[in-house]
Amino acid sequence: MRNLISVTAKAGGTAANTSGSTTLTAPAVEHRMDDSTDLYLPEEESVFADRVRSDRPASFTLQNGLQVLAIPDHRTPVVTQMIWYKVGSADEPPGKSGLAHFLEHLMFKGTSKHPADAFSKAVLRAGGTQNAFTGLDYTSYFQHVPREHLGKMMEFEADRMTGLILKDEDVLCERDVVLEEFNMSIANNPRARLAEQMTAALYLNHPYGRPIIGWRHEIEKLTREDALTFYKRFYAPNNAILIVAGDVAPKEVRSMVTETFGGIPTQASIPLERLRPQEPTPAAPRTVTLADARVEQPALHRYYLVPSARTAAAGEGPVLAVLEQLMGGGVNSYLYRSLVVEKQLAVTAGASYHSAALDPSLFAIFALPKPGVTLSQIERAIDEVTADIAGNPASTEDLDRVKTRLIAQVTYVQDNQEMLARWYGRGLTTGLSVDDIRSWADRIRAVGAQQVHEAAPKWLDKKRSVTGSLIKESTPKHGEKL
Amino acid sequence: MIHSYTRREVLLGGASLPIAMLASPSSLAATRTLARTGIERLVSSCGIEAWFVQDSTVPLITMEFAFTGGATQDPEQKPGVSQMVAGLLKEGSAGLDFKTFHDRLDHRAIDLHFHSTHDHFRGSLRTLEDNADEAFDLLRMALTSPRFDAADVDRIRATVLARLRHDSTDPSSLAHCKFLEVAFSDHPYARPAGGSLESVPKIAIADLKGYVRRVLAKDTLKLAVVGDVRPEVLCKLLDKTFGSLPTESEAVPVPEVVAAKPPQRVFIPLDVPQTVVTFGGPAVRRREPDFMAAYVVNHILGGAGLTSRLFREVREKRGLAYSVRENLVWLDHSAMFLGNSGTCADRAEETVEEIEKQVRHIAEEGPTQQELDDAKSYLKGSQMLALNTSSKLARTLLQQQLDKLPIDYFEKHNAVVDGVTLADAKRAARRLWGDGLLTIIVGRSPKDAAQPTTMPSATTPPPGALQLDAAPTAPPN
Repeated sequence: MRNLISVTAKAGGTAANTSGSTTLTAPAVEHRMDDSTDLYLPEEESVFADRVRSDRPASFTLQNGLQVLAIPDHRTPVVTQMIWYKVGSADEPPGKSGLAHFLEHLMFKGTSKHPADAFSKAVLRAGGTQNAFTGLDYTSYFQHVPREHLGKMMEFEADRMTGLILKDEDVLCERDVVLEEFNMSIANNPRARLAEQMTAALYLNHPYGRPIIGWRHEIEKLTREDALTFYKRFYAPNNAILIVAGDVAPKEVRSMVTETFGGIPTQASIPLERLRPQEPTPAAPRTVTLADARVEQPALHRYYLVPSARTAAAGEGPVLAVLEQLMGGGVNSYLYRSLVVEKQLAVTAGASYHSAALDPSLFAIFALPKPGVTLSQIERAIDEVTADIAGNPASTEDLDRVKTRLIAQVTYVQDNQEMLARWYGRGLTTGLSVDDIRSWADRIRAVGAQQVHEAAPKWLDKKRSVTGSLIKESTPKHGEKL
Repeated sequence: MIHSYTRREVLLGGASLPIAMLASPSSLAATRTLARTGIERLVSSCGIEAWFVQDSTVPLITMEFAFTGGATQDPEQKPGVSQMVAGLLKEGSAGLDFKTFHDRLDHRAIDLHFHSTHDHFRGSLRTLEDNADEAFDLLRMALTSPRFDAADVDRIRATVLARLRHDSTDPSSLAHCKFLEVAFSDHPYARPAGGSLESVPKIAIADLKGYVRRVLAKDTLKLAVVGDVRPEVLCKLLDKTFGSLPTESEAVPVPEVVAAKPPQRVFIPLDVPQTVVTFGGPAVRRREPDFMAAYVVNHILGGAGLTSRLFREVREKRGLAYSVRENLVWLDHSAMFLGNSGTCADRAEETVEEIEKQVRHIAEEGPTQQELDDAKSYLKGSQMLALNTSSKLARTLLQQQLDKLPIDYFEKHNAVVDGVTLADAKRAARRLWGDGLLTIIVGRSPKDAAQPTTMPSATTPPPGALQLDAAPTAPPN
């Protein structure tokens, strides 16, 4: 299920490494407008001397609207710079699917100040790594470099916020690259194709139904003008969040950011709220069957339309995260216990909840049948599990187990500055506040059996769902263009 | 599978740790930041040795460990045994059935993983510091008294088979397996490390038990630990966990092997929109003096980042592919370079030709001085990036032991990189690519070809690969 929320990377071959880890995403109680222009800069000596990152990151907003977050980690002399633009595939104009991601690729083509590969070469000479990814609600660019190169990285990143230059031949060539990315990630992979089709079926009205990478026939027609128009409309300091994690003091970050990004003008046309067409109340279950000659291992998937962390009522985001683990987290989860161990119908089974989204998101279930087991047997068994959890509250033991693991992940993520930067970036670009993100563990702790019991029938309602079957097509169609 | 990604990360691990400040345990406790910490060689009273970095920034402990002998120790007719063992060690041990074992892990949020590479049986453990006793005790049980109950063996076998069924029509998996077959013919490296649809159903419980008995022993165990634990406490945990393992392994010796001489080309017809190209050849062993020169030129041709020659020529200038990379892969008994790309069927020929052209060019001319300088700058600067999480640092420290590098390699790494001259780089380029490539192409036949397009399936043997003209300029047929 990486397809929906996950992202497509600029550099080849590492898409999996850059995709969002949904389990680490922190949902929030409710949407709050946060991080005003108040400067919050704790005194370094007292706060950062020990157990640095369990403290609140320093955050402030420049006068031009750029929001900045500094997350200190002094263990190694390394920094991660990530800039997050609050624009993703769901913000594309109709008919231009894939544009946000296409622009992400084109952002590496140079500016009026720096030729195409100057930025990339500077990263490489520093010994660093860089990449970029696009989601439904955000587009993010990052570099991971030894700390002495941070200033230079910031200069490059600030420069390409408004200085992009695109030549026709570069644009056309890069479009071919994106089409090959599409071939690799979707066309060559029937599982990904099913995910694409199911997502489109889940969202009847909201642009989340469009694939992040785009529909092929629309990618093929994207132009230089499309990209530049989109760029000028959305790439601006007041539509961005800069996160600097690593071996650098917040005060230093502040002066560097002010110097590099401070002079970029505010873009007045950025709306205060990101409004998209919303879903109607779901009225009927949908089914999607993808038959492909390449399918040697069939699968059954189900998506339910559920609240995201931002749209959930108070406490419901963490409840859905707990429900995900109860249903599908490991061999002691309800799905595995029932389908794999007791009924011995499936090879494996699991669940995932994608909390980091500005608008209503999805809760996914999957199971792989054993040879000889039909997908309708699998579907019946899944329905029994969902009915059972609606009928019987979770045991204290099960609840404690999954909550422990979810809470521990918060500690584990502290070990990785890139992960932390992603965690905050995803949260902040999907409508959460720093406090929402930081209080995640506490809010998981507060989830009770009764809440889970009530949430299950409310959200895992078949009317809200798409059921997808991946099956083998008996006769291959030669030469068919996929 | 061959974990070239990890290896890359690990090579780059390095010199940022100021070893000069390697401190006594008491001062370590006072400094509390990794940047001021050193690597210690700990030896427990049972003789278990570990490379250790004490760090209390985050209250967790990470351990990486490896036994020599991964898939190479599978019985010849039963590839996949080591992979099955890796999948089963958490599925019930001693008095704990699989549910209870997982329950105990979950209740303390302990991450425990095993996997098998060609040469090593590896494991990793991550725990919050408070739960260290439980974590190490569960690991001890997993290693020393796995149950291999029939129901659990069948359950894990089913997941392995599901993955193999999926891979049977996945072009990248097909290309990778075929590459190893072509490169290593009858050597154990040629066998599919994850098993095959034919071998996995035949694996018996006795095979799994036999593997554990032969491979999991103290004499080949290497360990790296990073975390919030005092050295004397860690030593006791290591004794309890590994102390009762057999002293000596009974691993079968694995012969040294040189990958097949290029050029060779194999085409596997598969009806997929994107043609997958895997290419490679024999490379330089880790212990050879030219290793670093080879590493540097490989970086220039197809390494990380957005500026390698292959990236520039195949992707940026021509838009032929989204992904084009080449890695050096070093194994205990061989070495190879291995690259990948994917391109639409009607441009596959052009893509392969462009890759071959770049390979020929660098083999003949070598890199430029500027490219060499940039590559060396990258390799030196990137060392720190491999060390900035506990897990990455532990993996790096483990890999250095597997590569038989000294504990102070961090200090020496930059000098080794700096020592690569333009003449060294040219020599290495000639050696790596002078003979051309072993190329595997998986995809649709060009429309004018008489080849029938066939689909491999789980019920028939893998697609009969067609050996084509070995000349490197021959188009994929």
